[in-house]
Amino acid sequence: MSVKQISIFLENKPGTLNKMTDVLADASIDMRALSLAETKDFGIVRIIVDDVIVALSTLKAAGFVCSLTPVVVCAIPDEPGGLNRILKVLTEADVNLEYMYAFLGGKDADHAYMIFRVDDEDKASAALVARKFRVVEQEEISEL
Amino acid sequence: MTENYYSKEIECASPETIRAIQDEKLVKQVRHVWDRVPYYRAKMQEKGLTPDDIRSRDDLYKLPFLSKADLRECYPYGLLGAPLKDCVRIQSTSGTTGKRVVAFYTQHDVDLWEECCARAIMATGGTNEDVCQVSYGYGLFTGGPGLNGGSHKVGCLTVPTSSGNTERQIMFIMDLSATILCCTPSYAAYLGESMKAKGLTPDQIPLKVGIFGAEAWSEEMRHSIEATLGIKAYDIYGLTEISGPGVAFECSEQNGMHINEDHFIAEVIDPDTGEVLPDGTDGELVFTCLDKEAFPLLRYRTRDITSLSHEKCSCGRTFVKMSRPKGRTDDMLIIRGVNVFPSQIETVLLNSGYPANYQILVDRVNNTDTLDVQVEMTPEMFTDNLGEVATRQRQLESGLQSMLGIRAAVHLVAPQTIARSEGKAVRVIDKRKI
Repeated sequence: MSVKQISIFLENKPGTLNKMTDVLADASIDMRALSLAETKDFGIVRIIVDDVIVALSTLKAAGFVCSLTPVVVCAIPDEPGGLNRILKVLTEADVNLEYMYAFLGGKDADHAYMIFRVDDEDKASAALVARKFRVVEQEEISEL
Repeated sequence: MTENYYSKEIECASPETIRAIQDEKLVKQVRHVWDRVPYYRAKMQEKGLTPDDIRSRDDLYKLPFLSKADLRECYPYGLLGAPLKDCVRIQSTSGTTGKRVVAFYTQHDVDLWEECCARAIMATGGTNEDVCQVSYGYGLFTGGPGLNGGSHKVGCLTVPTSSGNTERQIMFIMDLSATILCCTPSYAAYLGESMKAKGLTPDQIPLKVGIFGAEAWSEEMRHSIEATLGIKAYDIYGLTEISGPGVAFECSEQNGMHINEDHFIAEVIDPDTGEVLPDGTDGELVFTCLDKEAFPLLRYRTRDITSLSHEKCSCGRTFVKMSRPKGRTDDMLIIRGVNVFPSQIETVLLNSGYPANYQILVDRVNNTDTLDVQVEMTPEMFTDNLGEVATRQRQLESGLQSMLGIRAAVHLVAPQTIARSEGKAVRVIDKRKI
């Protein structure tokens, strides 16, 4: 149970991120979440979008280097201790976390969504589901 | 004014005398090459020439050019002009496989070359009372052996430190009171900085003169080196194919290098048409060796861009002057004194899984050359993991360092960002203002 994240290579210079958002806007892609990691020279943008296939092919056609990465998206109640409880589950399941980011303000105002890049999506998802956390499927992304 | 000449009669000869020497030697040399070098004979025959067509230097323009491509094709013996038993030495340029040039010398050729270096040393005021530290590399590279021989001929106490080991260089300069330093300008700048860092002031440094060549440098760099070391810095020019350093050298005027015209005829040509250009016009420098035996290149295209001047020089020499080369027509880069070919960088990229979409940016910051390689990212080399991409970037940098011998900074750029002209990427951008 995982969601496909699009990872995009960007040079670390003015306007590159904007060029990418231009391409996505033109294709009427709705971004659900975005995170950015950068070095002095380059950055990697990670996005969760409503239509992965269109977004990926549009970005590739525009000359971006990008790839699909499976991530685990988990809904948590937007309240103190929410993230802490999830991380405990992952720790107990011995899942290694490479990076994570969050998005708030979906249609369900009571929940935040955490996006986890882990070494084993299946193990992570199963552990979360077993503890009654809601793990989001790809098809649900456009509904969020 | 002191008499700063190694061979005054020749160096200050009248233009008519030089001309007569060149006419006579050229006719003989063309005959020598025709007899000894079938490769060049064939080139002459293609143009319908025989040695009889070359009766003076006015006929020089008729002769076919030789280029680096010819040298590669003839590697190693194809341009040999003397029996191997008469050859006593080779020197070779650095470079990658297939690009290496091997030049041969008879004893006569070595003497001629060393004499040219002796003229260069004396033109800077050098005498047998000087201590001459040769910090050019010794070995296949011509820098060390050439200046070493010249220093011997002048009668200097020669200190053959070769390149590197800065601590030891400084120790010898200070302990033996070296007065002349021979090395690349970038190494001179580095030595200057190192001595300054040790608290040595120009007054305390015994050096009087520097003879710097083998790489491009600027007037600003000259002034900076002169100030740090408290010396006069002179340029020297040469290339292995023609003999080595000393083909041309600077005099007290420090504004252009006198070409040893009794041994070499210089022409400046339009690199596209091959047409000979007048004085003062920039073009590709072409040399004809007049009396070399083992490696007697005629009309060799150096790929260096320069101009010639026959204006009277206050030093008394009548030899034509060439301006400091402004760049090279081909793709070889000299970075921090090291020859770098884009093909070497390409090899490392391909070996590391990157495509050959790259651009080389060379600049000079604080008198030190910088080398930046921009590499286009590809789907194959991309992952969503920043650390992994950064690690690959560092691996590429260490791969380049071991191939080139100097550090190169790698920058990963977006696909199709490297400028392409006529479908081909512009490989090298040299921003050094020389």
